[in-house]
Amino acid sequence: MADFILRALLAGLMVAIIAGPLGCFVVWRRMSYFGDTLAHSALFGIALGLLLDINLELAVIMACMLLAVVLVMLENRRGLSTDTILGILAHSSLALGLVIISFTDNQVNLIAYLFGDLLTVSDSNLLWIGATVVIVLGVLFKNWNRLLTITLHEELAQVEGLNVLQLRLLLMMLIALIVAVSMKVVGVLLITSLLIIPPACARAFTKTPETMSAFASMVGCIAVCGGLAASWFWDTPTGPSIVVATSVLFMISRLAGIGEKS
Amino acid sequence: MEIFVEDNVLINAKNISLHIDHRQILNNISLQIAEQQIVTLIGPNGAGKTSLVKIVLGLTRPSSGEVNLKKGLRIGYMPQRLHIDPSMPVTVDRFLKLAVNANKNEIQRVLEEVGATGLINNQLYSLSGGELQRVLLARALIQEPQLLVLDEPAQGVDVNGQAELYRLIADIRSRHKCGILLVSHDLHLVMSATDEVICLNQHVCCHGHPEQVSNDPAYLELFGKKDAETLAVYTHHHNHSHELGGEVINSEGKGISD
Repeated sequence: MADFILRALLAGLMVAIIAGPLGCFVVWRRMSYFGDTLAHSALFGIALGLLLDINLELAVIMACMLLAVVLVMLENRRGLSTDTILGILAHSSLALGLVIISFTDNQVNLIAYLFGDLLTVSDSNLLWIGATVVIVLGVLFKNWNRLLTITLHEELAQVEGLNVLQLRLLLMMLIALIVAVSMKVVGVLLITSLLIIPPACARAFTKTPETMSAFASMVGCIAVCGGLAASWFWDTPTGPSIVVATSVLFMISRLAGIGEKS
Repeated sequence: MEIFVEDNVLINAKNISLHIDHRQILNNISLQIAEQQIVTLIGPNGAGKTSLVKIVLGLTRPSSGEVNLKKGLRIGYMPQRLHIDPSMPVTVDRFLKLAVNANKNEIQRVLEEVGATGLINNQLYSLSGGELQRVLLARALIQEPQLLVLDEPAQGVDVNGQAELYRLIADIRSRHKCGILLVSHDLHLVMSATDEVICLNQHVCCHGHPEQVSNDPAYLELFGKKDAETLAVYTHHHNHSHELGGEVINSEGKGISD
């Protein structure tokens, strides 16, 4: 099999594994719009990276992290709902990104950023994804119980001595990181689906947060394999194929869930 | 920084005021809770009960005034409600294990104490209002708290369940020798279990022993004439609810003799 397919498979699987548990938090905390906003700001990061001529991965990671911090700060103010703030940030950063890109001389393949470009993953891309995934997994593992506690009840967690603001920021940073690296896999417009559909598949079959996370990772991996296979055999676009695969798995899980109940 | 907290005082809050966006929420409130004392905060909606609790817990910073805690005070907090997203699978056992330092024996002990051992493998989101309140109470008990803070513990619990819950809380006080700060808006239910009532409506309207407060003109005014009448009915019913809460006594005979 060709090298590029192996690299694509490796990148896709790494992202799917980490998207499982993080996606669960996105679902539990109802943050899917937050994921979208981060994804939009990733394009802003690309634009900045091109403009300043710095490493694009680094630029995207920085843009996503910056947005996460801005959001946490804005969230603590009164007046506008989180929903509205997210809407403002998402579309402002997307539009600003597009405007900035028009100023650069580069012939930018926007489609690749919007819908992913898994088949052109390079060794250096792989290295970035690998390093990010290892860091995110380690931090997540170390703070797992604390993150579960603040997800269940923030004030209870605070009375029990946890630094809620810090943990919330940490979780947002982790999601920002994963959004930044999965842009290569499914693209800005489809990232959220990779985060929320696998946990949604897993929900009906699991009884603990841990099994739900593991199950979600597994669903993600199957979808990556399926999407890549479709792309290989029928020449379909890879990113969208992966997302279609998660949707198919979701429908199967619903049917199986109904079957299990009756 | 002048306060010397006496040995048996768990919490000493002095001259607490709170403004949010130029609106006065709390005005110059002082509150003391001693060991083994049950203090109940009552007041209408919007009176600032929950705000005061949050200040005592250190979740909100007061605009002025100070809160002094006994050194190393262990607080068990039972929040007003726990909203679990049904998408999150968590069993009661797992929920209690998440509490700091919880091991198997302790979880068994606290669940026995609140009468909820049968729920240990149930999913949190599937519990009824009363069951969830018991589980939250169990969690508050895990660290052997010296002070229990219970914010409207009987919310969403039916009347029989409420009486039972308050009896449980009184039991816990005598068994654990802890102080309790209780938020409630039904004085009649907490009367028997309360040492001190603070009637709150942004400022302290009146305070003292429950019977004393229930006859205080400020209390009667705050809850309106209609509620005051209801209260009279409740004192009338008081024997009756004791029967429901305790051993079942022939309630018909008693009712007629009233």
